Amino acid sequence: MSAIVIDNLDVSYGETKVTRGIGFTVAEGESFALVGESGSGKTTVLKAIAGLARTWTGSISVFGQPRGHGIDRGFARQCQMVFQDPYGSLHPRKTVDAVLSEPLAIHGVGGDHGKRVEDMLDAVGLDRKFRFRFPHQLSGGQRQRVAIARALMLEPKLLLLDEPTSALDVSVQAEILNLLKRLRREQGLTYLMVTHNLPVVSFLCDRLAVMRHGKVVEIADVGQLKRGELVNPYSRELIELSATPSQT
Amino acid sequence: MTNLLEVRNLRVTFPTARGPVDVVKGISFSLGRERLGIVGESGSGKSMTGRSILRLIRAPGRVTAERLDFDGVDLLRQSEKQLRAIRGARISMIMQDPKFSLNPVMTIGAQIAEALLTHQRLGRGDIRQRVHAMLESVRIADPERVAKLYPHEVSGGMGQRVMIAMMLIPEPDLLIADEPTSALDVSVQAQVLDIIDDLVKRKGMGLIFISHDLNLVSSYCDRILVMYAGSVVEECVAGELQNAKHPYTQGLLAAIPRLNETRDELPVLDRSGWAA
Amino acid sequence: MASTRDWLLDDSPSSRLQARMGRGYRVFRSLLGNPLAVLGAIIVIGLIVMAVFAPLFATHSPTAQNLSMRLMPPSGENWMGTDELGRDIWSRVVFGSQITLVIVLLVAVLAAPVGLVVGAVSGYFGGWVDRILMGITDIFLSMPKLILALAFVAALGPGIQNAIIAIAIATWPSYARIARAETLTIRNSEFISAVELQGASRLRVIVAHILPLCTSSMIVRVTLDMAGIILTAAGLGFIGLGAQPPLPEWGAMISRGRSFILDQWWVATMPGFAIVIVSLGFCFLGDGLRDVLDPKHGERQ
Repeated sequence: MSAIVIDNLDVSYGETKVTRGIGFTVAEGESFALVGESGSGKTTVLKAIAGLARTWTGSISVFGQPRGHGIDRGFARQCQMVFQDPYGSLHPRKTVDAVLSEPLAIHGVGGDHGKRVEDMLDAVGLDRKFRFRFPHQLSGGQRQRVAIARALMLEPKLLLLDEPTSALDVSVQAEILNLLKRLRREQGLTYLMVTHNLPVVSFLCDRLAVMRHGKVVEIADVGQLKRGELVNPYSRELIELSATPSQT
Repeated sequence: MTNLLEVRNLRVTFPTARGPVDVVKGISFSLGRERLGIVGESGSGKSMTGRSILRLIRAPGRVTAERLDFDGVDLLRQSEKQLRAIRGARISMIMQDPKFSLNPVMTIGAQIAEALLTHQRLGRGDIRQRVHAMLESVRIADPERVAKLYPHEVSGGMGQRVMIAMMLIPEPDLLIADEPTSALDVSVQAQVLDIIDDLVKRKGMGLIFISHDLNLVSSYCDRILVMYAGSVVEECVAGELQNAKHPYTQGLLAAIPRLNETRDELPVLDRSGWAA
Repeated sequence: MASTRDWLLDDSPSSRLQARMGRGYRVFRSLLGNPLAVLGAIIVIGLIVMAVFAPLFATHSPTAQNLSMRLMPPSGENWMGTDELGRDIWSRVVFGSQITLVIVLLVAVLAAPVGLVVGAVSGYFGGWVDRILMGITDIFLSMPKLILALAFVAALGPGIQNAIIAIAIATWPSYARIARAETLTIRNSEFISAVELQGASRLRVIVAHILPLCTSSMIVRVTLDMAGIILTAAGLGFIGLGAQPPLPEWGAMISRGRSFILDQWWVATMPGFAIVIVSLGFCFLGDGLRDVLDPKHGERQ
């Protein structure tokens, strides 16, 4: 079964159409990247799937179920999102414990919440001593781990990742990327990741779609990306701009 | 040939609840008319270093150094008035995000003109000519039209080019660029870097390029300083980066994913090797 | 003591309570660093202590008349002199602090929650809800507070309870505006999106996520407003529409003293000093709280 099927998606913000005719499929258990620069509409696609962007036409279906235009409580247990900015995605007045136990409270999940919180902290590589800290007492990498932990509390099968490492330092980015890769392997997750960083796609993803000015210009396999075999001239330009001397 | 900039034992200290903390811990370097890259992650002190050269760090921060000489002038002993004459005219700084560094209520032309007027007295016609000429030199095709626009009406890349124009119009000798391309799209980055490169070469300026992007700095600068937690851990010629000796630099290079990535796991920095 | 402090300042608290108290303690310590705020806090605490222990501070009964001792200047016997009915002014000021405190607290307790909820709901829902609620708020805001309070008291009848209600009605709209402004800033944050994506109901988002972030600016605004509330109450009292005689309300006392102000200045000015000092105290405290509770400032360790 496909995890995500998108067909002819046009998303608008107010009067402006931000994406045109987007179509792609993500298989279950796959890691798929939406690549593009700012203004390409890639984050908008993610928001439409999540229900944060409500004005769209076309069809979106997740695990076989067509998506409505808004947020869906049931959907929350299938799909969650990790945001880009580790400084903005955690409530400044809530401890890590409060942030992680909230989804359990919202959905009336039974059992020992405290234990589940601690297990999740272990799973994302955070020491338990961080459990009652506030976000301003955590580093960027630690906050992002909390954000990932929060997304996984409801045990979703699909994770939407909006540039999860672009606001992080290089050394921290490596840790988070390793974590994401490990979690996907351990829990059989499906990833749809938005990024502008091609090497991250090479590391973490199986397939990618290149977007430009609201349209998909190419869909390819990561193998093609690594060999520099993308076809569309814009894609090739992006590859060239990513290549760096220490890597030739 | 005297060096353009001579820094010896520069220290920047901030008071905190737990006592004074050194964010720059006594670093030394010199700069000729070349391109020096200062690379580091957040908290490394690289931006503080740039700002302390321009004496832009205000109380409660404190800047001390054995030497902080710019072209023979001791920057530590200059009065605020003398420093104002140096800032912009002889040392200039480009910052990261034009959204925040350009004045939103002044037109682009007015801001560039202001940068010029602060240091020279010219007639209106002369100013306008200089502004347009400067906009052209940063490859803005329609300078008359752009000069009348406000910052929010132009794209990020163009905003950054405006910032470069503004900072280079007084023709300084030293340019400090603090993450000038981090807020820009990949396709625009190359163009902006090209413009900076061109202007720096043409006017024989010195350039300090501060960034977190090791690869970018190595391809763009002549020499590199790698900073970690306030100290310089590596100093090398740009082309020699692969032969970096310090474990932090090596670790950083290894941790960056490659386009043709084959590793299953990225090597993670083990800071216990050198952490203070 | 040292170990309690360490417990509060612990970097890795082991319970929610410890984390919350630690934060409160840090805010408290930042506040102590501001001398004006400390002065303000001392004045406010002084007001509270004086109000609670009034009988201990007063030297005479506030209502006992002694016509042979009318209009005496301040002396060892009457620290602030006597008024036109021979009542000791100091004792009246002391007991008047009770009235002042009650008015200020009740107005805050009535007006702030109403304003907070109206503003947060208005900001979060937007659209028609926002327009209607803000329309109502604007109607109240368009009239000067004192006139509005006056109108309500005139309609409800003079007396301290009605004065409190009237002032509360005049005050809640500005809190609604503040809460709405804060909510608009927060509404599009990613942490709000994150909790909405988890399936949180709108009620939960407003109550558990938005309101807590509005409280800082609320606390600051209410504290700063207290000076204005005291003055409004004094204004009503001055006109005779607030606390009725023989209650020693400070505004009413000033009003009474008006006729003697040239020769027996103390009858009007003593309660006036009290109002000024207490208002200043609230202002200093409010300013100090604003510096400390501003998230960008107070949370930096």
